[in-house]
This record gives sequence, structure tokens and C-alpha cells, in this order.
Amino acid sequence: MNAMVLPRTSIWPRRLQRALLILVAVAFMLVFLLLPLAVVFTEALAKGVQTFMAAITLPEAWSSIRLTLLVAAMVVPLNVVFGVAAAWAMARFEFRGKALLGALIDLPFAVSPVIAGLIYVLLFGAQGWFGPWLDAHGIRIIFAVPGLVLASIFVTLPFVARELIPLMQAQGSEDEEAARVLGASGWQMFFRVTLPNIRWALLYGVLLCNARAMGEFGAVSVVSGHIRGLTTTMPLEVEMRYNEYDYAGAFAVASLLALLALLTLAIKSLLEWRYGEDLAAHAPGGR
Amino acid sequence: MALAKRHRVLPGFGLSVGYTLAFLGLIVLLPLAALAWKASGIGVAGLLHLLAAPRTQAALKLSFGGAFAASLINAVFGLLVAWVLVRYRFPGRRLLDALVDLPFALPTAVAGIALTALYAPNGWLGHAFDAFGVRVAYTQLGVGIAMVFVGFPFVVRTLQPVLESMDRDMEEAAESLGARRSQTFTRVILPVLAPALLTGFALALARAVGEYGSVIFIAGNLPMRTEIAPLLIVQKLEQFDYAGAAALGVVMLGFSFVMLAALSLLQRWSRRWAESSP
Amino acid sequence: MTLELSHLTRRFTDYPALDDVSLDIPPGEFLALLGPSGSGKTTLLRILAGLDYPESGSVHQAGRDLLALDARRRKVGLVFQHYALFRHLTVADNVAFGLRVRPWRRRPKRAEIAARVERLLQRVQLQDMAKRYPAQLSGGQRQRVALARALAVEPDLLLLDEPFGALDAQVRVSLRRWLRELHDEFGLTTVFVTHDQEEALELADRVVVMNRGRIEQVGTPDAIYQDPATPFVCEFIGKANRIDLARVGRGMAAGGWSFGEAPWGAGVERALAYVRPEQLALDTSMTEPGWPAQLRHVYRAGSVAHLELDAPVLGQRLQVQITREDFTRLGLCAGMNLHARPKRAVVFAVDGATDSPSAAGERWTWIADGDPVPALV
Repeated sequence: MNAMVLPRTSIWPRRLQRALLILVAVAFMLVFLLLPLAVVFTEALAKGVQTFMAAITLPEAWSSIRLTLLVAAMVVPLNVVFGVAAAWAMARFEFRGKALLGALIDLPFAVSPVIAGLIYVLLFGAQGWFGPWLDAHGIRIIFAVPGLVLASIFVTLPFVARELIPLMQAQGSEDEEAARVLGASGWQMFFRVTLPNIRWALLYGVLLCNARAMGEFGAVSVVSGHIRGLTTTMPLEVEMRYNEYDYAGAFAVASLLALLALLTLAIKSLLEWRYGEDLAAHAPGGR
Repeated sequence: MALAKRHRVLPGFGLSVGYTLAFLGLIVLLPLAALAWKASGIGVAGLLHLLAAPRTQAALKLSFGGAFAASLINAVFGLLVAWVLVRYRFPGRRLLDALVDLPFALPTAVAGIALTALYAPNGWLGHAFDAFGVRVAYTQLGVGIAMVFVGFPFVVRTLQPVLESMDRDMEEAAESLGARRSQTFTRVILPVLAPALLTGFALALARAVGEYGSVIFIAGNLPMRTEIAPLLIVQKLEQFDYAGAAALGVVMLGFSFVMLAALSLLQRWSRRWAESSP
Repeated sequence: MTLELSHLTRRFTDYPALDDVSLDIPPGEFLALLGPSGSGKTTLLRILAGLDYPESGSVHQAGRDLLALDARRRKVGLVFQHYALFRHLTVADNVAFGLRVRPWRRRPKRAEIAARVERLLQRVQLQDMAKRYPAQLSGGQRQRVALARALAVEPDLLLLDEPFGALDAQVRVSLRRWLRELHDEFGLTTVFVTHDQEEALELADRVVVMNRGRIEQVGTPDAIYQDPATPFVCEFIGKANRIDLARVGRGMAAGGWSFGEAPWGAGVERALAYVRPEQLALDTSMTEPGWPAQLRHVYRAGSVAHLELDAPVLGQRLQVQITREDFTRLGLCAGMNLHARPKRAVVFAVDGATDSPSAAGERWTWIADGDPVPALV
């Protein structure tokens, strides 16, 4: 608190300035952030609750929900294992090329989602590097679920690692050293000391990874082929309905995704509030 | 006896580094190698032809130019919002703070159709703009607004920790020496924030350049007017012009890389300047 | 069963943490590693624990090469400076940790573990805190838990890294005395690192004074204090007046006072003498031989008085420490002129070329004639 005593006359401009700044900030956020969110729900319910319910219980809707959940269920655990391994390597050891490894882990952040999908098409598509081989063995990756999973893994790769690495670096290795001196084996040390120390950051990373995996559009759109009922995730279902001018239907599915986003934000805030010190820098791109 | 080199005190080095490299190699490096290889198939002549095409140029200009402008707006308003959230207490502050991450949590396709509905001529905001004769949806302005939406959290979240840990003493010293509030801001506070501001700007920029879902709905995708570069890539893919798509992808990555490198240099310079200024 | 450390060398990128360090630690000894930061004491401790490895050198015990074992198999108990207690486990679970991670063949039964934990907690007087978490304990309590945890695995060697550094002064004193009692009871070989000389001198059987990766001196606290082996030890341990001597004839002298015939040859032109403040005798009558000096400041501190004298003939100030009785008896007050003479000094030959104490470490304890030779342990 500023201990200076200001003459009464100069407090008002200060207060006014403060109020003005708050007003502008709030107005900006309301217009740019809150209104789009509100529109999703009003449009979804524009034609009444009945229409809404009908829209989300269509078989295509169900299959898109199932597919979205399936993809997330595969992507998140894989990225968790990767994130933990990468964090252990980066935070506990010194080795040549460490900076390069860090840059590689961050790379997917700098790549457009469309390019993320493109590279897998170039690898596994009909004219890709492995295209002929896959074709010969009857394996479909592009325009099938594996392609969706791969593209989603690429896009969400850094999330868990970026939460864990700064935290583990800040925590230091003393606890693990203590466990070793007390006689713990590598896995005992990992499960009894390391994991408990990072559990909240891990949960946080899982949350972000899941939100992105479920909501990914660009990359998935490129590799999916838009095969209704087979390779259409919820975001793709939204797009398809929208392009068919089924606005109520599109917004109905979109509202489910928006609810997911709100739930993610709520849990995120809860974690930050309760376990702030156990989480590292939680800027979405922050270092 | 080079004992120190042979022994690592904590276990798991080989396993963790090996797995990380293998995973990265498979998921990131191999596909990117395919991209580079396929792009090279277009040849230098083909690349120049691609870059010279007016449609490509228009798309690149829109993607990069629009992202730049949008990120500038985000830098200004992101700073404002971060300042307000950190420095002031008011009812609803916590809620607002949580809302900052909305663009980050909301699926891009949802954001895309929502923004379109909002700024379409019969939408809530589009209606107001229409009264002034300004079209937002299906114009470059709409693209810019969508880019502002997606890049917003990056600036705020990068600035907040810096603002929170800033030493107030400096500001109070400046004030006691007679500086006006605006002078204190530009001479004392801004230099300290500059590196973080640049980082946030760079992150917002990187995100906006590559953004697809949030933008393609409101853009309208009119060739030469509101086509973004990622959309061109998708179109080339649909036409089975893989080499062209790959080349465009490499061009985008190249530009992004140059941009980020320049920003990183700017950051380093600003950090040095911030530390040395009186 | 003596621990034999020989010729340990450990370099970090820009400086030598350990430079050819050799040391023998007999079983049951309470050893202090004392030195300023960067002296290598923590590095030495971590090498003993298995958390660091030297570039060259060896550590043997009863013929076994300890460096071949990793930290897990060393049977060492380590207490960290900041305790490193597992935050998510209760006090009891922390103490039981080392027993629970044992391979199942060597693991005691659950009831046995609980009993051992209970006994240890009683020994460290924390039996009521068994269900608490580290965050709910004070610094001193956490330190005791860390100690109990280290002792639970019945180690052969107990290592402590500045165990009391993060504690309040009072807690520090009572805790270190209690640690010594614990050592005497368990008879465990204990090595502890500290930069606090009072702590080292008070607790240890022997003290290892280290500086810049080298051992300056190893000895009992008395020997370290009375008979410092190097200029560094003189300056680091306790207070000392540092006086430059020059050759005068066959002896070394300063300010007109001769320290007598030096035991080394004519090649040595200069020397460095260290005189402890309590080894300067004062003469207010100005009749006895000594350095003329003026009393500048008096600091009364309980049973002793610290005096600061200005001695122009030496070109420096002298710190003197005398008992309260002597202070009163001599009737001292600031501004007085008197004579000061040394009763005992440790003198080091100075190499004329390098202008620093000679590498050969020529050292000489000078004792004034007629004064009793203090008994050394």
C-alpha cells in the first residue's frame, strides 16, 4: 500500500482513472469473450428445448460424442506418459542437446493445426511415404480413427510436459535423493515420492490436454475425411451441420462443447486456487 | 577413473531420454521430415510460382498481417486487463480472471460459429455495426476479430506473473521524485514489462497465424479477400496437390520461424535495455 | 571399520570442489566438516552418501570399495539442510519410509515397522506428532523427524548437511546438544557439515577445517584452536591479530619486539604471526617491554572485556581480550597509553617471491619465556 498521503484534490482523478480502466477492461472482455459464449447457448436454444434435445440425440451426434471421447481417452494417457518421461529427463538430468529437446517439445505449439494434420496425410495418406505399404496391408490411418488420434497427439503433445518441467525443476531433486539414500529403488522412488509431489500439476496438464484433444478442429479436419458416423468428432459434426445450414443443430452440439469448456475452466480455477504453489507457471504458453 | 561421468545419481536417464526421443521422433520429427521432403518435390521453380500467385500472396498477407494487427490489439488490451486484474480489487474479479482462459478452453469450431453468428448482419453486434454501414462477418475485419479472440489469453497470462512479482518500491520512488503517473508508467513499469509483453505478443501472433477453426467461419473464404493461408493448404489437399500443400506449409513455418526469431532477438535486446536503463 | 578417504578430487566446471582430499574416520567418531561456502565440505558429504562421485580417489571401508555402491546400498543415513521430508506423508510414514521400501525379503513385518517408528519418535520426543504432516511442524520438529527417518534404517554412517542452519539460534543450540547426546547413545559414526565454528568446536570429537577444496587442518577442537596449522585456520577459527614480521639479525621482529631466533634458515626474510586476543598481556606502567599502544575502544561483554588498541609502531590495531577482573584491576579506560606484549603466537614463514605463506608450510609456535606452556590435548 502506498503510504504517501496525497492531497484530497488529487485522489478523485486517480479513482476516476481506476474506474475507467476497470470499465474498459471489463467491457473489452464482455464484448470479445463473453458475448460469443452467450451466443452459443442462445442459438442452441433458439428453436426451443425440444429441437435442442432432438439435435443432440441424433445418431450422428451420439457417434460424434463417442468418437470424441474415444480419441481423448487414447490421446491423454499417451501424452501423460510422454509428459512425465520428458519432464523427468529435462528436470533431473544435464546432458548435451537438452535445449534442443526442449525446443522440440514446444514445437507443436508453433505449428498451425492444419499443418499438423497435413504432415500425417503426407506420411500415411494414399500418396504418403507409407501409403502404399499401409494399403497393401489393409491398414487405414488417414480417414480413420488412428489418424485422428495421431494428429491429436501431435497437437496436445506439449501440454503435460510444459506443466511438469518447470515445477519439477523448481522442486529440485532433494526429495528423490533422500528416497534413494533411504533405500528406495527407481520405481519405488518414482511412485512414492515423485508422483505425489507432481500430482496436481499432472492433473492440471491432463485437464488442458483433454480440453484441447476434445476440441481440436483444424488438424482433425484434415485427416478425418469427414466420414459421418465414422471419423466425425464433435467439432467436425458442428462444422458439417453448420455447412448444411442446420444452425440449431450445429449450435446444439457446440453448446455441449461449450459446457465442456466451462467445466474445464471451473476445474482449472479450482486447482489454481487450492494448489497454486504446486503448479508451475500456468500461462497457456508461458515459460 | 572418470567416475563422475559414468554415474548419474538418480535413475532413469536412459529410459526417460530414450522414450522422449523415440516418441518425439515418431510423432514430430518423422512427419515434419515428410513435409520437408514432399515440399522439396515442388522444386524451386514451383515454389516461386506458388509464392508469386496472387491468391497465395493475398492469403499470406491476410494470415500474417491480420495476426500482427490482432496481436497488437491484444498487446494493448491484454496489458490493460492484466493490470486491472492484478492491481485492482473489484467484485467479479475472480470470475473475470477465469474467463480470460475461455479462448484457450473453447474448441475453435465453436468459437468460429459463435463469432460468425455474433457479427453477421443480423447478429447482436453485427446489427450495431450494420447501423454504421460496417460489415464485419465475411470481411477481413471479421478475420481480425477472430484472431483477437484466440490470442487474447496469451498476453494476459504472460504478463500476470510479472506484474504480480513486480517491486512496487520502484514506482513509489519515481512518484516521490515527482514523476506523473503516466511518466512512471512509461519510464519505470513498461521497461520491466517489455520482455513479457513481447513474449505474449509472440505467442498470440504464433497462434493467430496458424488459427483455422475460429477464423474460417467468419472469414467467408472469398478468394483474394478473406482467404487465410491454412485454408489454402486444405484446398490444395482436397485437390491432391500434395506438393503444393507441403510447400505452402513449409513457407508458413518458415515465415513463422523468422518472425519468432526476430521477436526473440527483440526480447533479448529489450531485456538488456530494461536492466541497464537508469 | 575405519572409513578411508584417499585423494578425492572433484571438479565442477569452473572450480575445484575437492582437491586431493584424504581423511580417515574411525568408527564411532563425531566429525565436523567446517569451512566457508565453497570449501568442498558439502561435496565431500554427498560423495560419502553416494549422491556425487569424485573424478579420482577412493573411499574404502574394511577393504570394501564404497564408491562401487550406489546411494541405495550404502547404508548411510542422510539429514538434509532443508530436511527433504515427504510432504504428502505423515510424520510416522516419513520415518517408516526406509523400512517400507526394503525388498520384501528384508522388510520387517508391519507390526515391527510400527513398533520401530514408535520407539524412534519417542527417542526424538515427537511421539504425539505421528499423524501430523511436515507442514504442521516447526523447523526444529521437522529436523528431528528427518533425523528419526535417517536412523530408522539403522545406518552405519550418519551424515548431516548443515542440519541446524535454518533454525533459530536458541533451537539450534538445544538441538545440537541433543544430537551429541543421541550420538553418544547410539555410538554411530557421524559426520556433519557446518560453517558455524562454535557448533563444530562445541560438538565434534575432531574437526576438519576445509578451504577451497582442501583440508587445512584435522584435529581436536582444542588443537584447532590452540595450534592452528595454517594461516587460514588462524583467521577462520576464533579471532586473531595478524602481524607482519621482518628479519632482524638472527630473529624475526615487529615494531621493536623480537620473537626470538626463528627455527628456519637465513633464506626467510619475512613471516606472518597470529596472536589471539587473549594472548596479549597489558602493562599500564609502561615499564615492561612491549608495543606502545593507546586504548581506543572498550566493549564489555559479560565476563570478558574486548579492547581495541591502536599501535602506531605496528601500523595497525590490536584486538585484546581480558577477563573482567583484570580489566578492573588494571583500571583501564579509553584513551590510556600502555604496553602490549604477546605471550604466544603462531608464526608462518612468508615466501619472498610470492608474498604469501610459503608453500612448504613452515610453521612455528612461539611462546614467551617465563609463561607456562598451555597443555594441549
